[in-house]
Amino acid sequence: MIYLELFFEFFKIGLFTFGGGFAMIPLVEDAAVNNGWLTSAEFYELIGVCESTPGPIAVNMATYIGSLQGGIFGSFCATLAVVLPSFLIILLIAAVLKNLTENKFFKGFIRGVKPVIAALILATGVSLLFKNIGFAGIVSFSFDWVAAALFALVAAVYIVSLKVLKKKLSAIQIILISAGLGIVFCSIFKG
Amino acid sequence: MIFKLFLTFFKIGLFTFGGGYAMIVQIKEYIVAKEGWLTDDELTEIIAIAESTPGPIAINMATYVGYKKRGVLGSVAATCGVVLPSFVIIFIISLFLEGFMNNKYVAYAFVGIKAAVAFLILRAGVDLLKKVEKKPLPLICFGAVFVTMILFDVLAVSFSSVFYIIIGGIVGIVAYALIGIGKNGGKQ
Repeated sequence: MIYLELFFEFFKIGLFTFGGGFAMIPLVEDAAVNNGWLTSAEFYELIGVCESTPGPIAVNMATYIGSLQGGIFGSFCATLAVVLPSFLIILLIAAVLKNLTENKFFKGFIRGVKPVIAALILATGVSLLFKNIGFAGIVSFSFDWVAAALFALVAAVYIVSLKVLKKKLSAIQIILISAGLGIVFCSIFKG
Repeated sequence: MIFKLFLTFFKIGLFTFGGGYAMIVQIKEYIVAKEGWLTDDELTEIIAIAESTPGPIAINMATYVGYKKRGVLGSVAATCGVVLPSFVIIFIISLFLEGFMNNKYVAYAFVGIKAAVAFLILRAGVDLLKKVEKKPLPLICFGAVFVTMILFDVLAVSFSSVFYIIIGGIVGIVAYALIGIGKNGGKQ
């Protein structure tokens, strides 16, 4: 049953996402792609949408995937599920386990998880970049120079803005700029 | 009061773009400065708790503040408030997005957006890597997970990211809590 599947998958995501928005990307990708809810390409388009709309990215993802798979009730189940673990754990900490975060086993767990999260996110970014520029598996490689040029340009715009104008572009600004660049580049080079 | 909690967090949910850390600025403005529901010290404490517990920081914050003010009912009101704007907006988008994608220029825009998403994820990864303790064990854990992830991806082996997190946590418990590696090292 799709509602239970959505609930279970997003509960798991809510429970294992330590360290905010980007940490949940590899987890949601696993769930969405393995269950056949989204292709990997659709998934990354969705991240672009979720980054440019308000609210926690985890909630946005859950709402969107839930809606595609099970309409408004699916959307509700997935969103409730992704929120519930944090809600319960914080309630537990606020009400009973005031010193949980001081517990040495808990601290050890978090300390062990931190480098793993960094690796998960960085590896996800590297994989995505390679997929974007045309590397799909061991033998199939057809260089997509438009995608490569777009990535280089986005990175260059960010770095120039940071170093020269001393202005750190926000995620939305980066996404809007890249959308404009995408339209211009593809119109010129892909007709 | 219950309604005010809901409304305040609804506003925060509506105007927070770009995830967790952007929310902290909003919380400071509305919850600490305007409503006086938290002191700066309490805010710092909640951020620390939110960072080391699972789930979106926004949810952690809303639940905590709601509970402090009005118990379980307050935490339900605040959490619903912070979630509702995203829920409504994304639900509406989900009804139309696939149709939009058929437009040539929207599809072109998303070719660019995919480059931006790769960039944003890489930037987040690099930021976190900089914060990893520069000691043998964390660096080995980082390297092992990174290499395995890339390798499995290339070989199309399916291995849930949840397992890496659990393994990392177990290594952390054994090394730091049981054996006591780096007792005085690292502020975490």
